[in-house]
Amino acid sequence: MQAENIIRDLRAKNINPIEVLFLNSMEIEVRINKEDFKAACLFMHTKLSSSVMALFAVDKRQVNGNFEIRCVFLAKEIPLWVSIVISVAEGFLSFDSLACDIYSSALFERQIKEMFGIIPEGNPDQRSLVLHEEVCPEGTLPLRKDFTPVQAVSKKEYQFNKVEGDGIFEIPVGPVHAGIIGPGHFHFSVAGEPIVNLELRLGFTHRGVEKLFEGKTLEQGLKLSECVVGDSVIGYSWAFCRAAEAILGVKIASGVFNTRAICLELERIYNHFTAISGIALDVGFSFPAQFISVLKERVLRLNKKLSAHRYLKGVLSLGFARNIFDKEAVAYMLDELKLIKRDIKEAQGILYGSVSFMDRVDETGILRKKTAEDFGVVGLAGRSSGVSLDLRRVFPEGYLQAGFRLVKKDRGDVLSRLIVRLDEIEESLRLIDVFAKQTDVLESPKINFPVQGHALGAVEGARGPVIYWLEVSDGKIERCKIVDPSFQNWQGLSISVLGNIVPDFPVCNKSFDLSYAGNDL
Amino acid sequence: MFDIINNSFKKGLLTEKFILPQDESSRQIDSAGEQLKKIIHKLYGRSLHLREVDTGSCGACESELIALSNPIYDIQRFGVDFVASPRHADALVVTGPVSRNMALALKKTFNSMPEPKFVITVGDCALKGGIFRDSYYAIGDIQSITGSVVLHIPGCPPEPIIILHNLISFLKQKS
Ligand code: SF4
Repeated sequence: MQAENIIRDLRAKNINPIEVLFLNSMEIEVRINKEDFKAACLFMHTKLSSSVMALFAVDKRQVNGNFEIRCVFLAKEIPLWVSIVISVAEGFLSFDSLACDIYSSALFERQIKEMFGIIPEGNPDQRSLVLHEEVCPEGTLPLRKDFTPVQAVSKKEYQFNKVEGDGIFEIPVGPVHAGIIGPGHFHFSVAGEPIVNLELRLGFTHRGVEKLFEGKTLEQGLKLSECVVGDSVIGYSWAFCRAAEAILGVKIASGVFNTRAICLELERIYNHFTAISGIALDVGFSFPAQFISVLKERVLRLNKKLSAHRYLKGVLSLGFARNIFDKEAVAYMLDELKLIKRDIKEAQGILYGSVSFMDRVDETGILRKKTAEDFGVVGLAGRSSGVSLDLRRVFPEGYLQAGFRLVKKDRGDVLSRLIVRLDEIEESLRLIDVFAKQTDVLESPKINFPVQGHALGAVEGARGPVIYWLEVSDGKIERCKIVDPSFQNWQGLSISVLGNIVPDFPVCNKSFDLSYAGNDL
Repeated sequence: MFDIINNSFKKGLLTEKFILPQDESSRQIDSAGEQLKKIIHKLYGRSLHLREVDTGSCGACESELIALSNPIYDIQRFGVDFVASPRHADALVVTGPVSRNMALALKKTFNSMPEPKFVITVGDCALKGGIFRDSYYAIGDIQSITGSVVLHIPGCPPEPIIILHNLISFLKQKS
């Protein structure tokens, strides 16, 4: 399958693109008429067997008087990002909703309505996601270019979906939870013990991140990208760099790639530790929980030793990465990781060896493959349900030579997610070993500012694909769209707990370990 | 079970001695713990309980606060603990630039705490909004919601050891 073939087949369906742009070897853009939007998206969805990876609007009124809607699919085999693009004129602010046919588009459509006021015609649920009615008056459309904050406060209240029937009762939890954790509101409907519905209301940590990127230079944007999700500094800044580098036409040297990749794997390892420790803690098995929290601390200290920052801030720059791996540092790191590898094996033995622990996680919180695919669940959560999508394999670069192995399980329960995490840690340790052999960082490349253009950049972060879409004009960021893996995965969580009892919710939650900050942006 | 016992023996005690940095007089004391315990005893009876609220942080500040309870820092040995309810708390710890959506929850949490109480902000965002200061959705001014902030711990995020140090210096002043 080639990019050209996709377009040919699209034409055969009587959908004639206005324009096809080959942006770079990994990205094409198909501009079509607004009427063809739904048909074209459905075609890509089935042809590429891809969920909607991103769907967002861009305010182009200053350029051509229109808004633009972009729907992004991923052709895993080629590999290629395919964007379907339509224009929406100011007087007709709507487009055909995909939500009833491709469920993974539903949340994105709500986002477009919320941020731009463009109506997804036919989407049965058009409630706001992050701008809460109670504090944010109607008519606030922050991502429009002419947005000015509205001050008056509305008194509207959010309507939760109602489950009615004999013996159903509701348990509202949050936004402030008992532990040290991000805020979110969980609305359980329970019949006796089992959960029959769980509705999530998020958005409490909304900070208007996408708007903050606007008007910034690429360097300033990079700095901000490190602060979007605090435990995914490398995932976010690397994805930002990829988008920016695609616009700039900069190719990174292999030494730079290796440095970035080692950092990304370190980040993955400590994030997996957080989740595994959380799973153990939430079933009351505190010894391994504490044991693994010590391992996390060890990785953070290793990060600090390498880069002077526990979360690796300040390592990446456009086209480059700081030279943090001299011989000594590599030796130190490998020694440290050897100890961590030994310890994680022990922790694994303790977890797998406990019958009562295994009983709690086995067959708990099952997310089936079909459901995961329908909802567009990505990353680790998807791989634990049998969805074999990992950007490290789709866009292999250095991972190919390193012999990257994809870890996958099919059952989709808490245990699968635990096993996938443990196996991924092992794979990450192996990858670091390979990459560490060649980290000779070269000269930083010459970059010509200011620049124009737009591009997409993505990496497989600890939770899944982190996607940036950037548009730059005169060296300033015009629009920045971010898709965090948590955005779709939260829905996966809310489905996986159905039929389970409420006390199992925390352990399901930890096994997904989703980000509030990344979802709310 | 055997694995656990075996492991405990092999690893021994992981908790690190905590020495107050930048403070000559306390360098002679092996561990600041004893001193801190006394201060907390004097000020709060037995222990100091903190309630944490995330008002829009990126998650790293929380990660560091959670780390304070791991066996290496083991903040509980000083009589400091994070509690689940504001009703049990002596102080409120706030992270994040105060998203508009969190303003009410923050206020309610603060109002539910018994007197005397005080507020600590952790991380650059928490005091004035930090990198999110210009956002349309960050209030960035926690003082307007909770009255005063008596201690701010800077950093993005501040490391656990820095949080501990700041907390201890603050309590020392207070005693
Ligand atoms: S201060 Fe830094 S680490 Fe803390 S919440 Fe803000 S951006 Fe995140």
